[in-house]
Amino acid sequence: MASLRDIKNRITSTKKTSQITKAMQMVSASKLSRAEVNAKAFVPYMHKIQDVVASIAAGSSDTSNPMMIARPVKKTAYLVITSDRGLVGGYNSNVLRTVMSKIRERHTSNDDFVILSVGRKGKEFFAKQGMTILESAIALPDHPTFADIKEITRKAVGMFSDGTYDEVYMYYNHFVSAIQQEVTEKKVLPLTDIQPTGSTASYEFDPSAEAILEVLLPQYAESLIFGAVLDGKASEHAASMTAMKSATDNASDLINGLTLQYNRARQAAITQEITEIVGGASALE
Amino acid sequence: MKTIAVNIVTPDGPVYDSEVSMVIAVTATGEMGILPGHIPTVAPLGIGAVRLKKENSTELVAVNGGFLEIRPEKVTILAQSAERATDIDLSRAQESAKRAEALLQANKDEIDFKRAELALKRAMNRINVYEGNI
Repeated sequence: MASLRDIKNRITSTKKTSQITKAMQMVSASKLSRAEVNAKAFVPYMHKIQDVVASIAAGSSDTSNPMMIARPVKKTAYLVITSDRGLVGGYNSNVLRTVMSKIRERHTSNDDFVILSVGRKGKEFFAKQGMTILESAIALPDHPTFADIKEITRKAVGMFSDGTYDEVYMYYNHFVSAIQQEVTEKKVLPLTDIQPTGSTASYEFDPSAEAILEVLLPQYAESLIFGAVLDGKASEHAASMTAMKSATDNASDLINGLTLQYNRARQAAITQEITEIVGGASALE
Repeated sequence: MKTIAVNIVTPDGPVYDSEVSMVIAVTATGEMGILPGHIPTVAPLGIGAVRLKKENSTELVAVNGGFLEIRPEKVTILAQSAERATDIDLSRAQESAKRAEALLQANKDEIDFKRAELALKRAMNRINVYEGNI
């Protein structure tokens, strides 16, 4: 049986750990609420751009823009959104597992696809697997602005346009609620599934519908990615909060168990001492 | 006086939302003035200042790319970034203008050249809007 002092030491160190996890939980909670606000601020932009894209796409019958035409797929790009650090429960492993199983299902050789990674964890993982990482964005701030991820979105869309790859899939954790996140797959490019929304106002185009699509579609694709990054960040903070909460709960369970053990040991020590005294006294009689 | 609602939205959230009497924007084909009751139009925007005229004042917003959606009672500007004159960080804009200029002089690579040119344009636009000399 462990000595009293050993148990005491374990209790103290567990307590300290739980203080840290508790603090991290609260930090994540506040970051989560900020992230939700950011995601909300993005909604009007997304809606509007979707509206306009849909009404132009519905209005002009010939969709000759290369970004809207599916071409024979020689190479696929996977854009994977993970976090930079751990301590986020299953956040990263869920996404990475899904991506890996999809890749195994679709491709036989590592030359058939490339990886675009947002987040250090994903980058390290795919590098270890020996896969080609064309672009990566790491050390993003907790509340990214569009300028922070512009570099990678521009490259992701640009490399589709210049034919480096022929389709882009995106994987991220969709934020459902603070305790639930869902790995989501989304096809970003080509933009083949633009649904016409209810408001089909007929527009004049200046100079022409094609010229506007040329500006609009890259912007649309980039904002799809930005939306996913925001969504992923909200999920990251939520996952981190849940992970830290369960760590704190586990620590307090552990402390309870240890305290019980400590008290038992203390009592045993006292009993033993009394027995010794009594034994000594009776020996004198 | 008749007014038209103006909404400037960026991925980082709404920037401007108000009623004005006239909007003047720089589109890809040239300057465009929009009054209430304009025919529904969509036009791409360049890097430039959007002038929002109210009854006796004019407000400037620096807009970087994106496009303009006009309906008879509402104008929506969707840009990748947009700043009101009061929100512009002048020293940052001057810094990036300097950086872009240095790049332009040093670099012969075509892609980098184009990027530096755009960066310079954006920075100059911000500075101009901040100083109000459009």
